[in-house]
Parts: sequence; C-alpha cells; structure tokens
Amino acid sequence: MNKVKFELKDVSLERPDCNSTGKRPTAIILNRINTVFLQGQITAVMGPSGAGKSSLLRLLNRLEDPGTGSITLDGANLKDLNIFTLRRRVGMVWQLPTLFPGTVAANISYGPRLRGIPPVAAATMARKLIQTVGLTAELLDRPAASLSIGQQQRVSLARTLANEPEVLLLDEPTSALDPTAAANILHLMADLRSRLGLTIIFVTHLPEQARQVADRVLLLSHGEIIESGPALQFFTAPRDPRSRLFLNGQLEG
Amino acid sequence: MLQYIDIGPGDIALALVLVGITLAISLWQHLDLHGDLLVGSVRAFIQLMAVGYLLQLIFNLNRWYLVVLALVIMLLVAAGNAYRRQQERWPQLFFVMLLAIGCGGLLTLTIVIAVVLKVKPWYQPQYIIPLAGMIVGNAMVGAALAVNRLTGEIKAHRDAIEVALALGATARQAIIPYLRASLRAAMLPTVSTMMTVGIVQLPGMMTGQIIAGASPAAAVKYQIVVTYMIAAATALTTITATLTAYRYYFTPNHQLKPPLKNTAA
Ligand SMILES: Nc1ncnc2c1ncn2[C@@H]1O[C@H](COP(=O)(O)OP(=O)(O)OP(=O)(O)O)[C@@H](O)[C@H]1O
Ligand SMILES: [Mg+2]
Repeated sequence: MNKVKFELKDVSLERPDCNSTGKRPTAIILNRINTVFLQGQITAVMGPSGAGKSSLLRLLNRLEDPGTGSITLDGANLKDLNIFTLRRRVGMVWQLPTLFPGTVAANISYGPRLRGIPPVAAATMARKLIQTVGLTAELLDRPAASLSIGQQQRVSLARTLANEPEVLLLDEPTSALDPTAAANILHLMADLRSRLGLTIIFVTHLPEQARQVADRVLLLSHGEIIESGPALQFFTAPRDPRSRLFLNGQLEG
Repeated sequence: MLQYIDIGPGDIALALVLVGITLAISLWQHLDLHGDLLVGSVRAFIQLMAVGYLLQLIFNLNRWYLVVLALVIMLLVAAGNAYRRQQERWPQLFFVMLLAIGCGGLLTLTIVIAVVLKVKPWYQPQYIIPLAGMIVGNAMVGAALAVNRLTGEIKAHRDAIEVALALGATARQAIIPYLRASLRAAMLPTVSTMMTVGIVQLPGMMTGQIIAGASPAAAVKYQIVVTYMIAAATALTTITATLTAYRYYFTPNHQLKPPLKNTAA
C-alpha cells in the first residue's frame, strides 16, 4: 500500500461571484472535498467545465488557500510548511507553457537559480533535464519563444522538474498540443512516475488519457466529488449514474 | 539688467485676442471645443490669479509654517491627481501615491535647497515654492505613469506571475520584470527630455527667468540643476510607488490575488 501524500479534509473554497445576477456575494467553487492522493500514483481529475478542477490543483501548491478544511502533505498541514519549499516540492504545469523571455536554458534554470544554485551547476541540470523531457541539448541556447508549442510544453515540464518536485500537478497539459505531442507528454508522465516515483495529479477532459495512464480517477462536478476510485473500475463499472453520463459525454457543467 | 515689462489689467484683456483666435478655429473647423475652451480660459484665469495672490501672501509673510503648509497642500493635490489617473484604483492607492511623491519629492527638495543652492533660511518662498512645484509636478506624472503601467502589466501577465510563484519565486521576484518595465516607462520621458532640453524646447522656468530679467547664462545654470533634480525626483518617486503598490496584488503568502472587479479594462 502506498503512503498518503496529500490528504484533504472538508476542503471548501468560495470566491467572489463573478456574475452580478447571483444572489450570493460568493460562489462555492469547491464544496467539502474529502480525498487522499497516494504517493507514486497517477490521478486523473475529470469533470465538466467549471467543475473546480483547476481550483483544486491550485490549493495543493497554495496558489490559493481554501476557506475551510485542511490539506496535509506527508502528514504536515500545508499552512505549517514554508511556502517556497512547498511549491518546490509540488510542481505545476499549465495548459499553456508560458515560458519566460530568454533562452530555453534560462527557463529551465529559473527554479535552481532562485534557490541560489550557481550558474554552472544550474546549466548542467538544464542539460540533463532537456534530455529527460525528450529534447536535444542543441535547443538550450535557442530563444524559448522560437520553439514549437509541443517543445515549449516539454521545456515547461523540464523547468518544473528542475525543482526536483515530489508531486506534479498538471492542468490539462496536452490541451494545446497536437495528438503526437500530447501522446509524448503522457508517456513522459508515466515514465517520470516509474523512474522517479513522482506523485502525479493531472486534469484532463479526455477519458481516453485517463484510461491510458491513470491509476485513479477523480470526477468532479459543481465543486463536489462525484466519484473517486481505481481507473479500471471507473471505466468498466462506474458507481454513480452521473459518471456514466460523463463517460457518454452527457454530463453538463 | 534689461527692462522688465509689467503686465497690466489692460494687457491681459488684450491677451483675450489669443483666446479669440482659438475659439474662431474651433468654430470654423467644427471642433466643438468652444464650450471647453471658454471654461478652460476662465478657469486658467481664476486659478492662476488665486495662486498668485496666495503665493504673494506667503512671500510677504515669509513664515516657515506657511511654506510647510503650502508643501503639504501641493503633496495632497499631487497624490490625489496621480490617484485619479489610475485605471485600477483601490483605497490605499492614494496613500501609496502620497508616500511616494512625499518621499521622492522631499528628499530631492532637501538636496537642492540645503546642499546645492544652500538657501538660507531654507524656507525662503522664492526658492522652495517654485522648486517644490516642479518636483512635485514631475513626481506626480512619473508615479501615475509607473503605477498605471504596473497594474496593466500585472493584469496582462497573471499567468507568467503565477508560473514564477509556482516555481518558488517570492512575490517580489515574480514581479520584478514588470516592475522594471514600469520604471523604465515612467523614466523614459524624463530621460528623453534631458537629451533634447535646450535644443528642441526652452524649459518654462528658464524662459520665465529670462523674461524676468535674468541673464541667459545664469538661467541655464538653474535649468541644469532643475533638470537633474527632476530626474532624481522621478526616479525616487516611481521606485517608491511601484515597490509599495505591487504588494497590494499579493497576499502575505505570496499568492496573486484574484483580479479586481469593476475596473475599466
Ligand atoms: N478568478 C476567479 N474568480 C472568480 N471565480 C472564478 C475564478 N476562476 C474561476 N472561477 C470560477 O470557479 C469555478 C471553477 O473554476 P475552475 O477553473 O476550477 O474550473 P475547471 O474545472 O478547471 O474548468 P475548465 O475545465 O473550464 O478549466 C468556475 O465556476 C469559474 O467560473
Ligand atoms: Mg481548468
């Protein structure tokens, strides 16, 4: 049995309501979420648009804090951890690469340089990581903006890996990519889990991707967990009727 | 010294010919500006006359506390103006502007009055009032420009800022490229003015001194000091303003706050 990496207890998140017609000043984004993420597992977070998938991820590296409830990482409350250490341990990659201006090498070295790792050592790390994500070292001196979007996404993954994270949060990491580039990222995820033992939580709107790489599926709708369990069971025998609707592409947001 | 021509009430009335020319053009070309032009002309007259009398009073009484009062009013008006020019406003922003213009302005003013010109006593209105006016005016424009740019940059680059935060950057580290861009944007007009001053345009103060009878050679020396003074005031004010303002956009835990609502795009 894998040990518990993240544990969420009664986690709720409210935000100021954007649409002015709402009677309430705040909208409930996540409602009393209780779940755990196990070390070394790949979890696919799915659900209709606006379900709260991105918001859930943002709580795990404290880009936002929940209104109520508690989140622990290896048993320690996130609020008791140093915020910078936490964010290095829990890396995040978004749908769009959003590389910084500058070279590929500078992008990958960003985290190490923040930590005060000397330029030479950081450059060595970048050289190693660019290969880890399946690109060649020749790209290192290129301006990041000159790469294809698929290459950029791998660079953004390498940039996050440069912090040597224990957990990877990926928010629709393949949505902006063509099928080949998307397949590459998925392989990379499976590879990182098996080689480095990373815990991976990724948001996807493609059940196919979850079927391919996920150990576990978490289905969200309207800020609540509809179903959470082993991927195999979710796809072959979903327990909740809404899960069946979702798999048929019929669950509305 | 050359003859200084005093402007009498009749001469001012004659200057109305100039207003007439402007009005005529507006009417002729259907610019639809004549209403604003009339109001503007009247306002300019009243405001300047009022300030003239007020300054005359301060000059005649020559008291340090009156000078200080005038400086405080200048600062408040400038901070209010810089605040109103913002596309995105939040309550504390007025005080950010006040702090920035206050610190940048007073430090520069102190250097000019006490170190460069060695004015004695320091509160001689003839020096401190016009110098403070130029400093505060430029500091105000700089602060308004810098903070406007900074909020625009934050709005446009939320993604990149959160990426940096997620990689372990502090709020300050995440914002630094945008802070630099804002400072550069706010400093640029001052720097380009320094490049062309005297060649393309004669600064108002120098023109005024020359008309008032000062020799051009003496007037340029003042203008050189004033040019450096304005650059320093702008630099100090914009850096204080941006370094204070950016904090509002983050929580103490280095989280980027959600975008403000109800602000003009
Ligand atoms: N900055 C914000 N301020 C207020 N409400 C927000 C903000 N960002 C998102 N929301 C709202 O929070 C809810 C959940 O958003 P979230 O981005 O977590 O959904 P999601 O499941 O990731 O959706 P998608 O599949 O479209 O990415 C939505 O109703 C959204 O409108
Ligand atoms: Mg999302």
